[in-house]
Amino acid sequence: MVEWLDPLLLARWQFGLTTLYHFLFVPLTIGMVVLVAILQTAWVRTAKLKYLHLTRLFGKIFLINFAMGVVTGIVQEFQFGMNWSDYSRFVGDVFGAPLAMEGLLAFFLEATFIGLWIFGWDKLPAKLHLASIWVVSISTMLSAYFILAANAFMQNPVGFTINEERGRAELTDIVAVLTNPVVLASFPHTIFAAIMFAAVVVVAVAAYHLARGQYDETMRTALRFGGVTNLVAFAGVALSGDQLSLVMVATQPMKMAAAEALYETAGPASFSIFSLGTPDGSSEIFSIRVPYLLSVLSTQTLTGEVEGINDLQAQYVEQFGPGDYTPIIWVTYWSFRWMIGLGSLAALISAVGLWLTRGGRTPAGWAWKVAIWAAPLPMIASLVGWIFTEMGRQPWLVFGLMKTEDGVSPNVTGLEVLISLVVFTVLYGALAVVEFRLITKAAIEGPKEWEDHSDADDIDHSKLATVY
Amino acid sequence: MDLATLWFLIVGFFFIGYFVLDGFDFGVGMSLPFLGKDDTDRRQIINTIGPVWDLNETWLIVAGASLFAAFPYWYATLFSGFYLALLLILVALILRGVSFEYRHQGRSPEWSAAFDRMIVIGSAVPALLWGVAFANIVQGTPIDEAGNFTGTLFTLLNPYGLLGGLTTLLLFFTHGVQFVALKTDGELRERARALASRAGIATIVVAAAFLTWTVLAHLDAPHAAVIAALAAAAALTLIGATLANRAGREGWAFGLSAVTTLLAVATILAAMFPNVMPSTIDPAYSLTIENASSTEYTLQVMTWVAVFMVPLVLLYQGWTYWVFRKRVTRASIPVGAAH
Repeated sequence: MVEWLDPLLLARWQFGLTTLYHFLFVPLTIGMVVLVAILQTAWVRTAKLKYLHLTRLFGKIFLINFAMGVVTGIVQEFQFGMNWSDYSRFVGDVFGAPLAMEGLLAFFLEATFIGLWIFGWDKLPAKLHLASIWVVSISTMLSAYFILAANAFMQNPVGFTINEERGRAELTDIVAVLTNPVVLASFPHTIFAAIMFAAVVVVAVAAYHLARGQYDETMRTALRFGGVTNLVAFAGVALSGDQLSLVMVATQPMKMAAAEALYETAGPASFSIFSLGTPDGSSEIFSIRVPYLLSVLSTQTLTGEVEGINDLQAQYVEQFGPGDYTPIIWVTYWSFRWMIGLGSLAALISAVGLWLTRGGRTPAGWAWKVAIWAAPLPMIASLVGWIFTEMGRQPWLVFGLMKTEDGVSPNVTGLEVLISLVVFTVLYGALAVVEFRLITKAAIEGPKEWEDHSDADDIDHSKLATVY
Repeated sequence: MDLATLWFLIVGFFFIGYFVLDGFDFGVGMSLPFLGKDDTDRRQIINTIGPVWDLNETWLIVAGASLFAAFPYWYATLFSGFYLALLLILVALILRGVSFEYRHQGRSPEWSAAFDRMIVIGSAVPALLWGVAFANIVQGTPIDEAGNFTGTLFTLLNPYGLLGGLTTLLLFFTHGVQFVALKTDGELRERARALASRAGIATIVVAAAFLTWTVLAHLDAPHAAVIAALAAAAALTLIGATLANRAGREGWAFGLSAVTTLLAVATILAAMFPNVMPSTIDPAYSLTIENASSTEYTLQVMTWVAVFMVPLVLLYQGWTYWVFRKRVTRASIPVGAAH
């Protein structure tokens, strides 16, 4: 058999590709629905038309995005069984429960109330209609919680025992699974990152119209709202990220060492901003470092000891038997840096933007361009963040319990996986193009449908409900 | 009754919910070329399921996740075994889902026509393949000692499997056309009723053949009488649905065909009981309710969640259907707004 038909390799590529793709839409959905709910609340409470215009505009962008999130999500759920059947057998007793809870508690709510919101503008009283977008918002977050709890089990398995006879992990404590320290930190980290993503999209759309001198009052409100939201969310991302890195050091020290390319145990440990390692990944050639910073991040003390890759590798060999327990260092090292760098850059741009537009000031033309082109930054930061989290877990599928190579479906052939990988790549690629065009079209049109309306009493609610 | 058996029923209930609800979505999608004479017709047809197709499809996600949680071995064997069939279903569902959202966003009739075609294909493929898949589960598939399916996509395309697929295809088609008749007005409603009558007869013939085959194949089962009774009830409600449609009772026709789907899936579930994936290699390799299920503790946790959530879910979903109870009239489709 040729090497590129290796089912394990192909299944990993497929999982990575489909999951990252799914995660293009999910954070925008989670983030945008909160912002739309806030805007609609402002409309219901103040009856200022600009809030209705913004609710409608960003609601439309959210909806274009939402369908993709739903349909690509089904692939995610099916994929565990299709490509990772031995994994599913091994963890199903533990891992299935949060997934089923996600469906019963969150997805049903989300899917039902999104329908009520889109099609119910003229059928529900204003407050009930507003409540339905809040229900959607809460359910998207609830669903994020359950799926992150399931993921947390893979990073830091808790609340289970191993049944040797059946060869599987069995659930003993659902509360422990749902309050895994990893999910307690990764949940706010993910949600705030999602809100950042949506906030910079709001800023970019506003900047586009302000640069053209259109809808000035409405778009200025949007710009300030997006910018402030982005900064608040960034603070949340940073604080929860700090917490997450402490948890990571405690539960997956190898991931943190790999994030830092820290080969030898050190205390005090410095944080490297740039590093080059030997090709075999076992030592460092050159780096630029900030003293003490890694000790602070990992242990909250100036001189705390941080374990290095080589020591951990030796420790794991002793614990789990011979093998390579090191993730691919350049992937973890650079994804960690890009995540932090791009996220911080997005926040910096918002801060500067808020300063430049303070008290109704209008900045120079280049500032609008920066705001527009900054839109993808938090998205890319989120994606590389996931690459870091999941690649940093390798070679484990479930940390300490099951290796990735042991989880793949034994009866699915390389050819079958290749077919599905190609199908998903082509299909997802084509849909991404359509999706991007529709979102930019909606963004560029702006609140055009409203040009004839100047009076809040003038709104015909029967015209607001979507008709396919 | 032990918890594993209870969860066999709960998972069965979620799949029944999925087939009843997304079943008519599929039928509505497939009816586009038969009922839609112009773009307004087609939009009227699609808007009958506009507010609900997403929540209907969510039943699949819940059914799949419950299967994973309650019967991990069943989930693992089924999903890895029916790999390419499920891939086709996934692709179909993706194309169909985005097409509802995208078809009205373009500016040209060609744009809409392209997405309409995807809705038709994206509805027909799962309607066919779900029947193929479930018929094969009941009939038994080559499952080895490790619980792995050893066949290919073509193993599934046997006469009984294909008859099962044809049954769900026709059943969902008729069910969906009845829904269009129930939810639209004017000429479109009349055309839908006429089509439902014709399709109903074909469905009765094919479904009767499939149900009879199923009953005959399980005459040795200790509960053969239950299987036969469910199959007979399914056949009777299907005939009742077609008669109600002829009599112009659209609500009854749709309701009875929903019950038909419920009873047909129940027949399948009864026929596989107490197995969940019988093996044709050696009955000892079969996955059963007992050996494929999760631990008592996990099932207890899940039972609590289900006991609290399922009634609530039924309540708010029922309310949604009530909010959108009005017919989608031709006049409610804004002229030219979509293009």
